[in-house]
Amino acid sequence: MTKDNHLTDHYLRSLNRNIILIIIIVSVIPLILVSGTIYYQFRASYHEKVYDHLRELVQSHSQNIDSYLQEKLSDIRFLTDSCGREKLTDESFLQERLAVLQKDFGKDFVDLGVINAHGEQIAYAGPFKLGKADYSGSEWFRKSIQSEYFISDVFLGLRGVPHFIIAVRNNRGGISWILRATIDFVAFTSLVENIRLGQTGFAFILNNKGKLQTTPMARPSMDMIDSKNIYEEFVTKQQISRGKICIATRSDSSRHKNIYVAASIKNGDWLLVYQQRIADAFADLRKTFIITTALMFMGLLGIIIMAFTLSKTIVERVAKADLEKQMMSKKVVESGRLASVGELASGVAHEINNPIAIMVEESGWIGDLMEEEEFEKSENRAEIERAVEKIQYHGNRCKEITSKLLSFARKTDTTVHDVNIKELLEELVALSSQRAKYGMVEIETDFQQNLPSLRASTSEFQQVFFNLINNAIDAMHHDGGTLTISSRQRENYLVISVSDTGEGIPEANLDRIFDPFFTTKPVGKGTGLGLSICYGIIEKMGGKLEVESTVGKGTTFLISLPFQPDSDRQQ
Amino acid sequence: MTYSTKNINVEPVRLLLIDDEKDFVNILSKRIKRRNIDVAKAFSGAEAIQMLRHQEFDVAVLDLKMEDMDGIEVLKMLKIMSPRLAVIMLTGHGSAEAAEQGLKLGAFDYLAKPCVLQELLDKIMEAYAFRRQSD
Repeated sequence: MTKDNHLTDHYLRSLNRNIILIIIIVSVIPLILVSGTIYYQFRASYHEKVYDHLRELVQSHSQNIDSYLQEKLSDIRFLTDSCGREKLTDESFLQERLAVLQKDFGKDFVDLGVINAHGEQIAYAGPFKLGKADYSGSEWFRKSIQSEYFISDVFLGLRGVPHFIIAVRNNRGGISWILRATIDFVAFTSLVENIRLGQTGFAFILNNKGKLQTTPMARPSMDMIDSKNIYEEFVTKQQISRGKICIATRSDSSRHKNIYVAASIKNGDWLLVYQQRIADAFADLRKTFIITTALMFMGLLGIIIMAFTLSKTIVERVAKADLEKQMMSKKVVESGRLASVGELASGVAHEINNPIAIMVEESGWIGDLMEEEEFEKSENRAEIERAVEKIQYHGNRCKEITSKLLSFARKTDTTVHDVNIKELLEELVALSSQRAKYGMVEIETDFQQNLPSLRASTSEFQQVFFNLINNAIDAMHHDGGTLTISSRQRENYLVISVSDTGEGIPEANLDRIFDPFFTTKPVGKGTGLGLSICYGIIEKMGGKLEVESTVGKGTTFLISLPFQPDSDRQQ
Repeated sequence: MTYSTKNINVEPVRLLLIDDEKDFVNILSKRIKRRNIDVAKAFSGAEAIQMLRHQEFDVAVLDLKMEDMDGIEVLKMLKIMSPRLAVIMLTGHGSAEAAEQGLKLGAFDYLAKPCVLQELLDKIMEAYAFRRQSD
């Protein structure tokens, strides 16, 4: 029995586990696949979008810067070409031109200077009193004297303020001279400064030595820009060329991953670099990712909860169905078969009755004879007397069986009258209480008040209930239990149930418990007639006797009797 | 031994045993005789009626279930032939109806068969005493 339970438990547990696994696998895999694919696609296209946007931004700004520089250069070239050396060496004229330029372009032009082929400044207009400065040693001069025009990197120069120079060489008339303009660094920087995106996006310009040409006004300090490495990345590794936009990602010194977008400007001399933290650049994506993940986890949680509850419900149903199936194997006795068996049994009993009576009387006769004096000295007298006694004893046992058998088959011989069910049952319970106490059985009663009386034979009724109560107490003889007797009116029927919490009746025996002589008690302890007699009596009263039993849980006998019995059956 | 007829009764009870089970009648009569009762045996209803024509009895023990005649019929005949005869009926289980019918017809009492000898003897003495009283 325990082994059975163990097996069932094991079966139910593995069923539970399988259902949970199947539900989770079947729902989670598509969920993950779908969300994963969608997120991946979204991420790719979002990256694409962000890169495109940045590329465009950098491209347009690089063009802006290029055209700014070009424009400044053209202005100066125009000035040299149109005015000529003579005019420009006149400092007042130069001053005038500077004023015009500053009027047209704001503060971009800081000063103008004319330098001869030896690097001496021969004319100057501007706020600094540079006078006849000698530039022969400076790099920009050497470069600009060799080419037609030159735009320098940002440097501090003589005045100690960052600036850069646009220089145009003029060879007209065989004499080389240079018109130099200083471009305000702040004005230039603002061009780059305007490129700002998100919270960490900013731009800067590197020269061909990887030196910063602008001061990013944004939060990050200069040393946050790993300018040397960035330059190397784009120029050496990616071979950046004019008109090409390159993108790279790398960690900066503070271990943040950054995205770098670069374009080459000023004919490849400078590099416009846009830098933004990846987390910032893809902040929306991150938000989407968090929302998607949260939704997915909620979905997963939902699936898991559902899997557990669903499987629990299913397993409970299965367990209940199993239990019901066991209970349903209750006995539905074919009354015909039982009746014929009963008739046969009573016939046999009747035939056996006389021989038994004769045997008992004969042995009694031996007993009588043993009283004679002639046997008084017989050495086997005690033995004979014992044998006679045994014959009598077992003869009486036979008589008991036959008399029970006959009562099983007998016709109605007791008068039928109105029976107060409640009183009768209470009386029976009181009578059984001593035996119940002895068997550690508690009797609980639940009788409906005001039950109508039933037309029945009291003695038959008593017989039925004595049998059922005794059986119930016997069923709990191992370790006691509870015997519950209840009576109810259900429509036109009186329903009485006698339940025990005993060991139950195995399914195999359930079919046979109403058969005469069927007993599980040891030989000599039970005749196997009690229940068949009960069955006979209840059937005869037009009622039904049913049994429900679950091994290990207990047995319930249900009696339903009509209040208005069919009078034909009573006859 | 609670039985005391041996000493008290000078005149033994005259008993007629009617049953078609010969062995039963034989052994029962032996045992009853031993207790100082005068027993006559009849193995059928017809035989009993014949015997009653020639002899008088105080008490009759009648098995209600016999092959040749219904016990009730025999009882009716006995009561007609000897109204003062006290008849003790032996009934099988489940024939209480017949027993009740017998009582209405004037039988003294009934015992379920098979019965313990002592019970039967007591009943016989009771019936005998009753018959004596009604004399």
